[in-house]
Amino acid sequence: MTPTPFATTETTATATAPGTRTTEKKDRWASGVAPYAEMGYFNADYEPKDTDILCAFRITPQPGVDPVEAAAAVAGESSTATWTVVWTDRLTDHESYQAKAYEVAEVPGREGEYIAKIAYDIDLFEEGSIANLTSSIIGNVFGFKALRALRLEDMRIPPQYVKTFQGPPHGIVMEREYLDKFGRPLLGATVKPKLGLSAKNYGRVVFEALRGGLDFTKDDENINSQPFMRWRDRYLYAIEGVSRAAAASGEVKGHYMNVTAATMEDMYERAEFAKELGSVIIMMDLTVGYTAMQSMSKWARRNGMILHLHRAGHGTYTRQKAHGVSFRVIAKWCRLLGVDHIHAGTVVGKLEGDPSMIKGYYDTLRENFVPENPENGIYFDQDWAWLPAVMPVASGGIHAGQMHQLLRYLGEDVILQFGGGTIGHPMGIGAGATANRVAVEAMIQARNEGRDYFQEGPDILAEAAKGCPELNAALQVWKDVTFDFQSTDTPDYVVTPTLA
Amino acid sequence: MRLTQGTFSFLDDFTDEQIEAQIRYALDHGWAMSVEYTDDPHPRNSYWEMWGMPMFDLPVSDARVVLREVRACREAQPEHYVKLTAYDPSRGRQTTALSFLVQRPSREPGFRLDRTEAHDRVIRYQLHPYAADNPEGRRYEQNGSSR
Repeated sequence: MTPTPFATTETTATATAPGTRTTEKKDRWASGVAPYAEMGYFNADYEPKDTDILCAFRITPQPGVDPVEAAAAVAGESSTATWTVVWTDRLTDHESYQAKAYEVAEVPGREGEYIAKIAYDIDLFEEGSIANLTSSIIGNVFGFKALRALRLEDMRIPPQYVKTFQGPPHGIVMEREYLDKFGRPLLGATVKPKLGLSAKNYGRVVFEALRGGLDFTKDDENINSQPFMRWRDRYLYAIEGVSRAAAASGEVKGHYMNVTAATMEDMYERAEFAKELGSVIIMMDLTVGYTAMQSMSKWARRNGMILHLHRAGHGTYTRQKAHGVSFRVIAKWCRLLGVDHIHAGTVVGKLEGDPSMIKGYYDTLRENFVPENPENGIYFDQDWAWLPAVMPVASGGIHAGQMHQLLRYLGEDVILQFGGGTIGHPMGIGAGATANRVAVEAMIQARNEGRDYFQEGPDILAEAAKGCPELNAALQVWKDVTFDFQSTDTPDYVVTPTLA
Repeated sequence: MRLTQGTFSFLDDFTDEQIEAQIRYALDHGWAMSVEYTDDPHPRNSYWEMWGMPMFDLPVSDARVVLREVRACREAQPEHYVKLTAYDPSRGRQTTALSFLVQRPSREPGFRLDRTEAHDRVIRYQLHPYAADNPEGRRYEQNGSSR
């Protein structure tokens, strides 16, 4: 599959794309422009070291550009290279600082696309800095003219580098012990409508949903501190709702207070206030950036606060198959920089998500060792070296009637967030919450009793609904709601499984 | 008030047959089982009284052994909360895998929420189990006579 290595030929791939270099072989250090592959950024014989950071890029070269040279260019531009030979390379042990493309393979069934695997020496990266890692790996190459498209599909982060990161402030085990909730998915809801409610009305939704049986309610990503509801007022009313619901149930309850703000100082101020009020959890949006997220992660560890991440904006770069950064890479970065929760797809809901790709994301967040598995889009073995696991969150267009599917696809260590599926219930918010809680408990009971809960799911729910009018109403209202669209981001190696 | 701690509190209280089915599931996973009881249901009460040691290494065929301990604990503490807990000792978990109530007191008075007004509209909340007003062991007397 590997195309002829460019570096061994004199005249191949006379690159025809505008602006590409001539390819006459010449002395490595002669001034001027040399092909990246010839400069050492492609090496088919390179054996990646255990300490190397490995990347799998999907490259789509411009017509006429040799894929090996394109891969070498990506390796070059994401490590030491610039467009022309510089003599100052010779002041360094340049070969060890060069990233090396070591494998280029055609993607089956996708003409013009190749997977290039590139190895980076661990010394290229600052310890414990996602900002530095991403500036290196995706900082420069995505606008490269010789490529039509480029996608970072996966990364192998070696344990030696993993261990330079804090990781999740608490992780799944500590979160469950802190909440005293075991053996079932946790349940949440995002307060709706997401814009316009006054603080007092907003707290009403929090109270009703939590008292009805949910574990968490949530600010939406764009609820920050608008004129109709300032953050401080929202926190005050939300915590009243949380406390009332805890007293009514004897359970630990939480509302994710969104601390996303314009500056780090504002974010710390909001987080400190949430802490003062006794909130068990805060949240932030992916839009705040890696450095801000990493700062909040450290704050959350220091202050015993569970940290939820809403992946706002990720679809702009994760969704397209040929260009951008796969969500499994974003998931890895977020586990490293340290969040306790991250939205990772629903399979059956309204947002993008092929079942096998989502399995890959969930494994990446929850498992200690994730083996290479092309069916799930996993290109490398990933050893997390016991970095605590992140709780995935399934949110967007899911409802109680899908409980058997949700449990089958997403497992038990997950937060199922039913926003519309709670607040839109015909008997009210509390009834919607109760319907979801009864549905999840009934499904866990049936699974543990050894029933084929996936096949019998609708029957199990119907039985549970006999003693629970709230669940019965939910099943009636949403029984036909599905979001059955083609996924845009699918694995290349297998037939995409269907949901039923 | 119905205390809704535990995995199955929104369902009707389990029969012994239903409890046994859950025990079999836990034993099949190699989890250790333990019975705990308390008369202080505060959600931050992490340490309920242990009814003996956790039961390690039981085969699935010994589900009845666990159920016997549940019954014995209920008999000895008829007005306490009793929960059955399955513990997963595997690397990376080393925590509770399943935990559900198998007995409630005949009357559950619930919790009082105390509010203390602090600075700048901040309110401090305290959760107070009504039953905790009485000394330990006398909090949930039979026939609801305590409250």
